[in-house]
Amino acid sequence: MTNSITEFKDAEAIFITGSNTTENHPVIGAQVRQAIRKGAKLIVADPREIPLAKDADVFLKIKPGTSVALHNAMLNVILEEGLEDKEYIANVTEDFEAVAETVKKYTPEYSAAICGVDAEDIRKAARIYGGAGVATILYCMGITQHVNGTETVMTLNNLVMATGNLGKKGGGLNPLRGQNNVQGACDMGALNVFFPGYQLVTNPDAVAKFEKAWGAKLSDQPGYTMTQAIPAAHHGDVKMLYIMGENPMVSDPDTAHVKESLEKAFLVVQDLFLTETAELADVVFPAAAFAEKDGTFTNSDRTVQRVRKAVEAPGEAKADWEIFVELMNRVGYEASYNNAEEIFEEIRTVTPQYAGLTYARIEKGGIPWPCPTEDHPGTPILHIGKPARGKGLFKAVEWVESSELSSEEYPLVMTTGRILYQYHTTTMTDRTEGINKVAPGHYVEINPALAAAKGIADGDTVKVTSRRGSITTQARVSDIVGENVVFIPFHWASGANVLTNADELDPLCKIPGLKVTGVKVEKLA
Amino acid sequence: MINLKINGRPVQVEEGTTVLQAASKIGIEIPTFCNDPRLKPDGACRICTVEVEGKINLPTACTTPAEEGMSIWTESPSVVEARKEILNLLLSKHPMDCLTCSKSGTCTLQDLCYKYEIKEPAYTAPTTVQPIDESNPFYYSDPNKCISCGKCVRVCNELQNTDAISMVERGASTKVSPPFGMSLEESECVSCGNCVSICPVGALMPKSKEKFRYWETKATQTTCSYCGVGCQLELLTKDNKIVDVKPAMGKSNEGLLCVKGKFAFNFVGHPDRLTKPLVRKNGKLEESTWEEALDIVANKVKEVKAENGPNAIAAFSSARALTEDNYMMNKFMRAAIGTNNIDHCARL
Repeated sequence: MTNSITEFKDAEAIFITGSNTTENHPVIGAQVRQAIRKGAKLIVADPREIPLAKDADVFLKIKPGTSVALHNAMLNVILEEGLEDKEYIANVTEDFEAVAETVKKYTPEYSAAICGVDAEDIRKAARIYGGAGVATILYCMGITQHVNGTETVMTLNNLVMATGNLGKKGGGLNPLRGQNNVQGACDMGALNVFFPGYQLVTNPDAVAKFEKAWGAKLSDQPGYTMTQAIPAAHHGDVKMLYIMGENPMVSDPDTAHVKESLEKAFLVVQDLFLTETAELADVVFPAAAFAEKDGTFTNSDRTVQRVRKAVEAPGEAKADWEIFVELMNRVGYEASYNNAEEIFEEIRTVTPQYAGLTYARIEKGGIPWPCPTEDHPGTPILHIGKPARGKGLFKAVEWVESSELSSEEYPLVMTTGRILYQYHTTTMTDRTEGINKVAPGHYVEINPALAAAKGIADGDTVKVTSRRGSITTQARVSDIVGENVVFIPFHWASGANVLTNADELDPLCKIPGLKVTGVKVEKLA
Repeated sequence: MINLKINGRPVQVEEGTTVLQAASKIGIEIPTFCNDPRLKPDGACRICTVEVEGKINLPTACTTPAEEGMSIWTESPSVVEARKEILNLLLSKHPMDCLTCSKSGTCTLQDLCYKYEIKEPAYTAPTTVQPIDESNPFYYSDPNKCISCGKCVRVCNELQNTDAISMVERGASTKVSPPFGMSLEESECVSCGNCVSICPVGALMPKSKEKFRYWETKATQTTCSYCGVGCQLELLTKDNKIVDVKPAMGKSNEGLLCVKGKFAFNFVGHPDRLTKPLVRKNGKLEESTWEEALDIVANKVKEVKAENGPNAIAAFSSARALTEDNYMMNKFMRAAIGTNNIDHCARL
């Protein structure tokens, strides 16, 4: 996130897209509603009529995979009506002209036909976003989990820069992080191309820096992403796979393919429970949970916060870092740490964004990075004055239809997501009775018109099929989804990800297009 | 700036400050049931009543703005008498079951009866026992214990903005309920538990699996392990078990939580947790020792590296693990093994 969570409450206009905020980031959802009650305007764009749609001044029920067309049309209106920040564009951005040229074609009428919404609503949305003194954008996986996910984010960024909403209190471009420490994991280089602190493995200076710090010869070749490593295990290029606290048997696309791949490799899994993935492992290490260890998490707005031990881990379970210390020494790389704070002290020396942070400084409350020195207060807002790279780069992007939708055999669009009561692959949430009472298993949301055409009643057992396979689930007939759209929450094994596509990835960031899958639905006798 | 005196002590505050806030500024505590700094003052419970020199009535400190030259007494005989009367009225329809009430030890009504030495109610109101709403799987609502302070309703409406509950009926029958006599389960309630966390008495209570008294628990502040908001919370533990969770005033959550952070903590001490390393033998996963399991993995790393090179090993790190855990997996893969094949579920 470019800005901090507390700023949402003070925004004049909020554009939420691809984020079911009240269910997936409930506390931010509550704060968005606080802002609305103080007078903020809300625009929601989503294929589902999510709870916040009712609070919105404009709700755009777009077809899945059409966000680029929507954002381009909003920019079209903003430029057409002179709502852009000319000074910002002229002074601190580049390549604006190419974008202005590209969006000319995307009139509200042109995009309305693509997105399946009213052209007038696109105009309204653009006027609210472009007309506000300061406006913020919140987005989530509904924007990114597409084969053009990166480009879709760029079109949001075009809106932010064209209206000068970057680097302003209450503005910015804010991807809501879905997991407690997805930010910290990225910061530490749990990404195939980065050492800690986003230092590229292909940069010889970075390699030299880390070779010196870590006392080892390092590779300068980008590694595999998760979405590449699984097929590589399938081909036999990856012989050994080590999975810590992840459950790709539920969370990754095309479950059948994931299973075959994991079975081919020597598999090590480190987790709290014997997950669907751990069941396939050759070795399973028992790991300590968050309440059983000291350390830090970095939240969605880059705030580094303390995690504190409240109870002992069960049996012989160990903190993940302790297991790595043991393994490092066994493979001939000497390592010795007494506690998490010693590791954090080392992190500071190699990660410029964390250099000024200490456990003592964050004892009473977290501090957002970048925090380069111990007297630096932290950075709640990025890109103040001008974008960090010097000139903010506009990117012209054309809308392209997902190839998932080209088949007559699979005419419906399945989209996926989370629900309020479960979390990711249910490993943690389904140990609470009340949760399983409220949200016991998967289902498919089907529009009443589609249900009528197929003779499906609410509660019927149905079969949903894609090119990858089919699942049996319960129908929930509801106009929360459009006529040709179905929604399945992805939390459960043998659910949505049996159907999703693992073969086609975003060429830039290798994210799969989980939000758009061509399917058909049949009633089971 | 405004100058006033509270219990004879001078205090200077900005315009718009309430008497309650002014007192708090100099460490004078005025009791409250319905006050919360995040909410608009309501003056509903009246227990924060104070004496303003020169005025006949006893205004509520939470709704009275500090004025220049005011002289306030927070524990004068008339104030104490009024508070005792309020407590007596509240107790007149409150079950006297502190011995078995789960809220005991953290109940504001109990604390104030102790402070003002009220052993039993002076009156008995003609009340009927009202049914407890146990329809929500995570908490219950016991209207018999409700003191109608309305704080839960204001948290639900002003902070959480779900508008699931309101005060219904009038007079002695006033209670907190969803509209139209709906049960909590049928209502708009999203089980965030923010009402439960702020209820000053035992009216809104978590459905606890464990038997515990609050004075037996230890509180540890930490960061929630679910989504990326980074809510701050307190884990209340007894005998190495989490027995309750309370929201803390973190920067991003401001004292709010959701159903997962508040109620879904059972996984931590769950009997299904892995407690020993497992190793596959004859096709089956069997319990093993750390020595054996670590050696198997280390030897496999060496073997694959020797035969196929370091890039034949790949790892998925975890968005749920510590930053320190993630750093160590990075160092293990990149420095100890020599490959950049490390990624995690940021894309999934």
